[in-house]
Amino acid sequence: MPPPESPPRQVRAAIAGNPNSGKTSLFNALTGSYHTVGNYPGVTVECKEGHASRDGYRFRIVDLPGTYSLTAYSMEEVVARNFVIEQRPDVVVDVVDAANLERNLYLAIQIIEMEAPLVLALNMIDVARRRRLNIDVEKLSTLLGVPVVPTQGHKGVGKEELLAACARAATTPEKHIPKQIRYGHHLDEQVGKLAEVIRADHGLDHHCSPRWLAVKLIEKDAAVEQMVQASARDAELIRRATQQAIHSIETHFGESTEAIIAEGRYGFAAGVVRECVELPEAPGRTRTDRMDAITCHRIGGPIILGGVVYALFVAVFKVADEWQWILGKSPTAWLEWAFGRLAGSVAGLKDNLPLLHSLLTDGVIGGVGGVMSFVPLILVMFAFVAVLEDTGYVARVAFVLDRLLKAFGLQGKSILAMIVSGGLGGGGCAVPGVMATRTLREEKDRLVTMLVAPLMNCGAKMPVYLMLIAAFFPGIQARMLFVIWLLSWVVALLAAWVLRKTVVRGEQTPFVMELPAYHVPTLRGVLMHTWGRTWAYIRKAGTVILAVSIVLWAMMYFPRLDTKPYQDRIARAQARLSGEELAVEIRRIEDARAADQLRSSIAGRIGNALVPLSRWAGFDWRTNIALVGGFAAKEVVVGTLGVACSMGDVDPEAAESLSERLAADPGWSPLKAFALMIFVMVYAPCFVTQVAIWRESGSVKWALFSTGYATALGFVLAVLIYQGGLVLGLGL
Amino acid sequence: MARSLLDLAPGDESTVTRIGGGGAIRQRLLDMGITRGASVRCHRLAPLGDPIEISVKGSLLAIRKNEAKFVLIEA
Repeated sequence: MPPPESPPRQVRAAIAGNPNSGKTSLFNALTGSYHTVGNYPGVTVECKEGHASRDGYRFRIVDLPGTYSLTAYSMEEVVARNFVIEQRPDVVVDVVDAANLERNLYLAIQIIEMEAPLVLALNMIDVARRRRLNIDVEKLSTLLGVPVVPTQGHKGVGKEELLAACARAATTPEKHIPKQIRYGHHLDEQVGKLAEVIRADHGLDHHCSPRWLAVKLIEKDAAVEQMVQASARDAELIRRATQQAIHSIETHFGESTEAIIAEGRYGFAAGVVRECVELPEAPGRTRTDRMDAITCHRIGGPIILGGVVYALFVAVFKVADEWQWILGKSPTAWLEWAFGRLAGSVAGLKDNLPLLHSLLTDGVIGGVGGVMSFVPLILVMFAFVAVLEDTGYVARVAFVLDRLLKAFGLQGKSILAMIVSGGLGGGGCAVPGVMATRTLREEKDRLVTMLVAPLMNCGAKMPVYLMLIAAFFPGIQARMLFVIWLLSWVVALLAAWVLRKTVVRGEQTPFVMELPAYHVPTLRGVLMHTWGRTWAYIRKAGTVILAVSIVLWAMMYFPRLDTKPYQDRIARAQARLSGEELAVEIRRIEDARAADQLRSSIAGRIGNALVPLSRWAGFDWRTNIALVGGFAAKEVVVGTLGVACSMGDVDPEAAESLSERLAADPGWSPLKAFALMIFVMVYAPCFVTQVAIWRESGSVKWALFSTGYATALGFVLAVLIYQGGLVLGLGL
Repeated sequence: MARSLLDLAPGDESTVTRIGGGGAIRQRLLDMGITRGASVRCHRLAPLGDPIEISVKGSLLAIRKNEAKFVLIEA
């Protein structure tokens, strides 16, 4: 231990481990509740960092992505590997599942190969003990040549010992170089020979162990090959030596080197497990297998899944929106109330500084309020998904549904995102839906899911449907809603299929997924998961959304119309009328002014300019403006259409008057209404969703693409419906 | 015709003899512990017949038929 008066010593630690090894709960137990969450540069892999202190040491701990291996198979593996090579942490903590030691040691062995100072956290030791697996910790440590600390991540058991072991490893690294892995005589000889050639080459970065480089080259690891070829003095010599080694090994074993090395690692792991783990005499069927017999059952499985998905849906939308007994109002209503108060507090500005007033109420408060009103939904959704993830059920969802969704280029886990986005038909929201794609580890499947999830019928599209259906399809309202729901799935699945064949082309990622053992989630774990993700949403999305909502506000506010003619009209009316009649007339003039103002605004001009095109789908300039407004949020379509039809701002929840007005308008027809509904269903996701896609895909390109393709698709569908209907004589 | 994982019925057990395929698929199978000599057991098929649930080296894996066909097993 250092003398107490010295400043705390910094220890940089990185936590590695298999997915489902309890890595994240151990990280949370070590670092407490404060983390910085970001992405690794250039990729969407989440990077969490936290701090801890003990005995005069200050630990900076980075949570590496969970991986099974350190080849270049996935983004996560490359990130984890490069972090160890480039950042050279003082110590790497590998979290292994004690109940599943053999498979978990495979990763530990690869970290040992890199000759990084390693501490093994033997996690979920309680589960192993319950299964009567007796692990000789002392012996394990001796065989691997690294310190081993038994832990229970979700309870924080063993964390002090783990930090102490990290401090020792960091202060005396020379004593913590693990043993060399033996793969067997022939392989060891070839690796040794190639390592010598590499060691002799002075161009190479000797931070990387030559032996590790040799193993990787023999394994035909493309990334390492490239790195060596780029920096070696005599690249040709190394290339030839590598080929010789590969040839020699492959002729000796009659099998490819990557298989031989994987077998070598697993052979070593199996040997270690044989030496230090006492298995129960009759292992019997595990609890997990018994539960899988129910949850993955041919008939029972889909029924349970249906129940869970329905519960998720109810939880997200009923709890967040309607449960009033906890707070007196629903969380969403509380937020609306708070923003209403805020808007009220600037009402004094209305007469003196109308511009500032409109900017604050419609732009800033409307925009930030828009973000905040999603927070309860997102919070509940993340909590529910965290529970599903922590119990291990998400993997079963994927298992049960994979075949069905695979046909369309999606995969089993895509269903969660689709449901949250509104896949059950009664509402939903694509913002948490897009975020729910985080449970998908396969990059391309995730991207396609993200692009089609907004096609589901979210809660904001419902008022538009309801208003139009009430106006044009009275008597068959429920049937129309059902048709709309069905079409949303048809369009989404077909869009996924087409995207997978074109823009997001390429082989489906090999799908070999672990079905982790079931666990009872801890409250603490779920809360930390939920809060971390929700806070990241508030912080990141909030800034961009604020900016965009101000832009949209300005588009509908500028340029201002001269109010003089309307004031004159009011003055004339005042001279002519009085009482009730006067009030009605003034309102009429005010509404006309608002409509004219909107028509001459930038958004209005865009709407007008689009008429030659939008005619094909049957949309007039009023509809166009409303649809431009719908970029902000789909429910805005109703309100904006109301203003454009000189009816003042229509409350989307009570739009009967607008329904009547449209039903009576000779320019409208059921066919037009239907084309419009399909367009609203498909066209550009609202900008909150676009921001979510931007953040989640890691590139603004995909957000723009989702807007472009969805709008084009929506337009084509609307034109087909409208023109097709006209041909069939349905245009009346 | 060599037997592959696809030929296992629920409840059957066998030993892996060879991993076919190439590139990412092969590497992924190896990384997940499906190596020569490993004993595998088929637990069940998904409700729509694909993927299948197997256990290998003490862990349960879901594997699509597309990938399972590359895992050859003892007759």
